[in-house]
Amino acid sequence: MIQVNELSKKYNGTTVLNISNLEIPKGQSFGLVGNNGAGKTTFFSLLLDLIQPSTGYIKSNNIQVNTSENWKSFTGSFLDENFLIGYLTPEEYFYFIGDLRNQNKADIDALLAEHEEFFNGEILKNKKYLRDLSKGNQKKVGIIATLIGNPEVVILDEPFANLDPTTVSRLKKIIRELADNPNVTVLVSSHDLQHTVEVCDRIVALNKGEIVKDIQTSKETLQELELFFAV
Amino acid sequence: MIKKFIYLEWKAFIRSASFGKNLAMKIIIGFLMIYFSLVFVAMGVGAFYVLKDMNLEPLATINKFLIYYFLFDLVIRLLLQSIPVLNIKPLLVLPFKKPVIVHFSLGKTALSFFNWVHALFFVPFSVVLILEGYDVVGIFFWYVGAMAFIYINNFFNIILSNIDKLFVVFVVLILALAGAQYYQFFDITTFTTPFFQSFYDIEGVFLIPVLILGGLYAFTFKYFKNNLYLDAGLSVKEDVATTENFSWLNQFGTLGTFLKNDIKLIKRNKRSKTTIFMSVLFLFYGFLFFGNSHQPPVMHIFAGIFVSGGFLFVFGQFVPSWDSSYYQLMMTQNIPYRGYITSKWWLIVIVTFLSTILASFYLFLGWEIYLTIVVGAIYNIGVNSHLVLLGGAFTKTPIDLSNAGGAFGDKKAFNVNAMLLTLPKILLPLGLYAIGLYLNNKNLGLALVAGAGVLGFVFKEKVFSLIEKRYKVEKYSTISAYKQKS
Repeated sequence: MIQVNELSKKYNGTTVLNISNLEIPKGQSFGLVGNNGAGKTTFFSLLLDLIQPSTGYIKSNNIQVNTSENWKSFTGSFLDENFLIGYLTPEEYFYFIGDLRNQNKADIDALLAEHEEFFNGEILKNKKYLRDLSKGNQKKVGIIATLIGNPEVVILDEPFANLDPTTVSRLKKIIRELADNPNVTVLVSSHDLQHTVEVCDRIVALNKGEIVKDIQTSKETLQELELFFAV
Repeated sequence: MIKKFIYLEWKAFIRSASFGKNLAMKIIIGFLMIYFSLVFVAMGVGAFYVLKDMNLEPLATINKFLIYYFLFDLVIRLLLQSIPVLNIKPLLVLPFKKPVIVHFSLGKTALSFFNWVHALFFVPFSVVLILEGYDVVGIFFWYVGAMAFIYINNFFNIILSNIDKLFVVFVVLILALAGAQYYQFFDITTFTTPFFQSFYDIEGVFLIPVLILGGLYAFTFKYFKNNLYLDAGLSVKEDVATTENFSWLNQFGTLGTFLKNDIKLIKRNKRSKTTIFMSVLFLFYGFLFFGNSHQPPVMHIFAGIFVSGGFLFVFGQFVPSWDSSYYQLMMTQNIPYRGYITSKWWLIVIVTFLSTILASFYLFLGWEIYLTIVVGAIYNIGVNSHLVLLGGAFTKTPIDLSNAGGAFGDKKAFNVNAMLLTLPKILLPLGLYAIGLYLNNKNLGLALVAGAGVLGFVFKEKVFSLIEKRYKVEKYSTISAYKQKS
């Protein structure tokens, strides 16, 4: 589904990301772990054509993301609160994204009803604009919005950060359900090794922009990763 | 301790976005500031002689209008001057004493542009009065009294800033007073003029506003100090949100989706709301030019363009910066650039059209004047709407929607490319109209301007392709610029 070829990103001569080759097959749930500055968000930004690669390219579903925009129709993503429109209510935001993804109001309402538990009664019909929600609740809105329109690629940057324990476990359930769908490729980045291991089939560790580990998840994965990141 | 504050303020100042990176921008901003300062100073110096020429006693005349001056100042402040509460938060947990923090932040507002700009008028005016033989001590007292009122307004604004829509009350008050005076119903100035005059005439009266100011400062200080908590004075007010569907816009497809969003954008954010207020002000801009024999006739078309173009200039100029806080979202959604730009274009066109209709009261000044406005509107729709959108591709300064000050106070969204694009917006129609006037045919001038507008409209699709290309080229630098929040 996603092919990365000789991809690198440099800022003023400093290489922040350098991936010579990476392939993510369709339906895989892909976890990206690493310390701060490892290049996780840079990679996702490149994948979403928010920044330009210094060399190389990424293809999503055989579409080179920095030359064609056709990947947008099957990609749902949430990187940070810059993806939220602060002056809308959550409902309006969902309908807005729905409109852009050719979903009608009923489709959205069905999706929202499905995730009512995840929202925990704090999101819908709360008479609050998105800008006035807490960080965690904003994140809930952003995450569910990526699911609108049944995207084939779902990209979540640090989805577990800022969420309460109950919501984390509910989110893991949602991601696992996505992962079980053979048509959906999920990409998740995190600092939290355990959460990532629990929801991903495959884990890639980045360090200073380079891939340092690429493992299929097994019982030993968590231990292996913890050992790697321990100083 | 104060030293530390000043250190912080200095850093905030030199590192603010408006201080900018490139030299050309600094020069232009500096030039503008000098220009406006000079205008005020010139007004201060000139007022005396102009009034004298009109056989009016300058000081008394100014005193007559002071009440309106101060009320108007208060309205402007309520709209535009914001209180910097956010900067206080990081200081709360540091070893600063609360009174120091409050004194400092109140003192800081005293140095605001909204205060010293008045000194630019009052100082030269007072100096001229003294040079012209008025009593030095009296004038000094008068000056202190007047400035005390300016600062009273400053603290009023701080106390009242939490009350929404209060400026409307004052606008209504001004209109009511002015109306009553005009129709000789009730003249407030018969009470206020002697009062202001007594600052000069009677020693010691000026102490009244000074004492009020002192009391007000003490009150504000106490109020702030008691409310220096995150959930009290420092809390950002949350609006009660209502979900609005505007489902009648659905019939326009993607265009409707964006229009819905833009309407909400304008309705729910302080900064964008002020653009509407400004557009209304622009509607009356024509009165400065039409029927004013001091202005050359070629300026009529200038006014014609501004009357209907207020929204175009104050809102359109900053597309796409209005969407800066969620620009990354827009760039990852399934949105064709053209749809995005088209919806902004329609918004501008609709408002321009509405403004033109609202401006029909100019018909009272004669149909020729209204015709000029209509021609200006045609040019705005045909040419200027494209130019502002094109200029938007170069506007890379994020807009903080919640901050009302930006529309006036700081010229953050100011750059040379956008400046260059404003020239044809005004100069080209001026030139075309001048040709008509030169050939002694005003209607020819109007026809030329309208023709240019129609031509722009005909080539809309071509121009849009061009704009779209420009936006795509600028995409990455725009995204990275919007990420750098001030």
